[in-house]
Amino acid sequence: MKVTRRAAFAATALTSALVLAACGGSSDGGETTTPTSDPTTSAAPSPTETGGGELTGSILIDGSSTVGPLTEPAAELFMQANPGVQVTVAVSGTSGGFEKFCNGETDGNNASRAIKEAEIELCGENGIGYDNITVANDALTVLVNGEAPVACMTVEQLNAIWTEGSSITTWGQIPDLDVPAEFADTPLSLYGPGTDSGTFDFFTEAINGEEGLIRIDYTSIGEDDNAAVTAITGDVGAMGYVPFAFYQEAGDAVKGIGIDGGDGCIDPTAENVQNGIYTPLGRPLFVYASDKALQQDATVAFFEFYINNSDQIADIAGAVGLTDEQKAEQIAKVQALAGG
Amino acid sequence: MADEPDYSSRVALPPRTRVAVGGAREVTESLFTSGDRKKKIQGTIFLGLLLFGLSIALISIAAMITWAFVAGGPRLNTNLFTNVPSVVTPENAGYRTAILGTLYVIGGVIVLIVPLGVGAAIYLEQFANPANKFNRFVDLNIQNLAGVPSIVFGILGLAFIVRGPLSLGFVAAAGSLTLALLVLPTVILASREAIRAVPSSIRDGSLALGATVWQAVWRQVLPAALPGILTGVILAVSRAIGEAAPLLLVGAVTFVTFNPSFFEGGYSTLPTMIYSYAKRPQEELQVLAAAGVVVMLVLLIMINSVAIYLRNRFERTW
Repeated sequence: MKVTRRAAFAATALTSALVLAACGGSSDGGETTTPTSDPTTSAAPSPTETGGGELTGSILIDGSSTVGPLTEPAAELFMQANPGVQVTVAVSGTSGGFEKFCNGETDGNNASRAIKEAEIELCGENGIGYDNITVANDALTVLVNGEAPVACMTVEQLNAIWTEGSSITTWGQIPDLDVPAEFADTPLSLYGPGTDSGTFDFFTEAINGEEGLIRIDYTSIGEDDNAAVTAITGDVGAMGYVPFAFYQEAGDAVKGIGIDGGDGCIDPTAENVQNGIYTPLGRPLFVYASDKALQQDATVAFFEFYINNSDQIADIAGAVGLTDEQKAEQIAKVQALAGG
Repeated sequence: MADEPDYSSRVALPPRTRVAVGGAREVTESLFTSGDRKKKIQGTIFLGLLLFGLSIALISIAAMITWAFVAGGPRLNTNLFTNVPSVVTPENAGYRTAILGTLYVIGGVIVLIVPLGVGAAIYLEQFANPANKFNRFVDLNIQNLAGVPSIVFGILGLAFIVRGPLSLGFVAAAGSLTLALLVLPTVILASREAIRAVPSSIRDGSLALGATVWQAVWRQVLPAALPGILTGVILAVSRAIGEAAPLLLVGAVTFVTFNPSFFEGGYSTLPTMIYSYAKRPQEELQVLAAAGVVVMLVLLIMINSVAIYLRNRFERTW
């Protein structure tokens, strides 16, 4: 009886070990296969690669949850072509990621904004050399309900709506906006991401002229851009801004309006972003790479793969791919960093 | 006075019955009528509130589980358990690496919290002097620790476990240690309650028969307290398994396609994967997130059912 009790007591602690052993054993059989690979989506080896299967090593990328969804398919496709390399992607946020990156703990940092002064200092103290590699483009999209009789707005109008202390509460109050008389009294309900979001920083700077400057009476959807799409779908007077990917997946119940930055109305489309005319809401998405990490051949190959297959990767993640010109520039950056 | 024997001699039971019935009626009426009607209403309202509270808890958990099954329905198949994560082909993606990561992390948590938590509880209940200021200070701190936000433990884990003195790096073991610190107060508090609930006669009897304090604790008190301790472990594991925020800080990744190991390389856990997928624009990934909730429930029930089995086996009444 004593033994049984003691064994049972110990079993509590060992429970996990047993479960683990069972699960670990059953899944090991499938380890070497890649059940998710699909011949039609497998990436063709990029021209700069040294050839599949020869590279080995591990790469850890951390950072922004906006860029993470782009780095994940990049990692997946890269590992299909180079099974010897292990790439992992984490999302502890742009700031949290830079902290680890500048501590030399990660090989690359996904960033939805440029590196800040304090982070530059930290990298400098620890002797981390780095460069920002543009891996895709994004179009921050101003969304309205599909039924709203609005197709375009100027930056001035958006500023009037969103700026600090704005008193606009109905669609009719928006300066110089032609809306049908019956729509003019519709209340304007505003949705935007929370203040921790890189998207928030970018939008406030582009539209209101200063990072963080915004009226306080809008509905913050926190980090969940899907919530903005849902809200705007159900409210004819709603307006919000989301990354391009969310607009693409949202369907016809919402529409992305054109932005007039002074040269006429420009719709949020992949072409307009690539041509650089979707201003001021077009933005590059970065991965910061460290010189130390690029001493490893696999890391160089990964970044080159990421850039060269930008179209396919961006397509999966809902972002906008790089232009040929951008690709050449970014490849040059990677090689300069790897060589230096 | 003369009537009384008469009554009793004629019929023995009716008068007594009458007295009993009359008394009962009086008690009942006093409960239901004028002066105490208020109490009756209070009783009804209180019962109503209890049922309301219970139904809120049940409805919300039923709604959550139903949602997970309905939303994740299209993806509920074995691929979900055996395949690795994939965003390129989300319709075939699975949670294998995250399931293993969660089992590693939670396994580590259990191995750490059972001996540490129970040990601390035994010391505080059976050995420590409750009048001692230091012990009271420790006592107060354990109770406060149970209320500290989990992200604080994530920062602590990053500074002292991933880096600093332990320098484990971003590995599953660091996640285990961090979560163990997070849920240790739960185990200590529950274990103390369980130990306190063991009748002192059991311990005293054991000591009176010549057992040392340690023998009394190990052979008598602990086996008797085991069901309560296991309840604490169940609560702790249930909390630990659902944590995403502190793990993101101590290195849990959202994309890893190779099986994790305890002391090296990247690992992922189910909550961090679900958290990441739920925010994506792609519908397939949101379905995958809902299916992940089901996977996590299955895993949690599997782990806890062992503890529940042991608890029921050791349950006894005095």
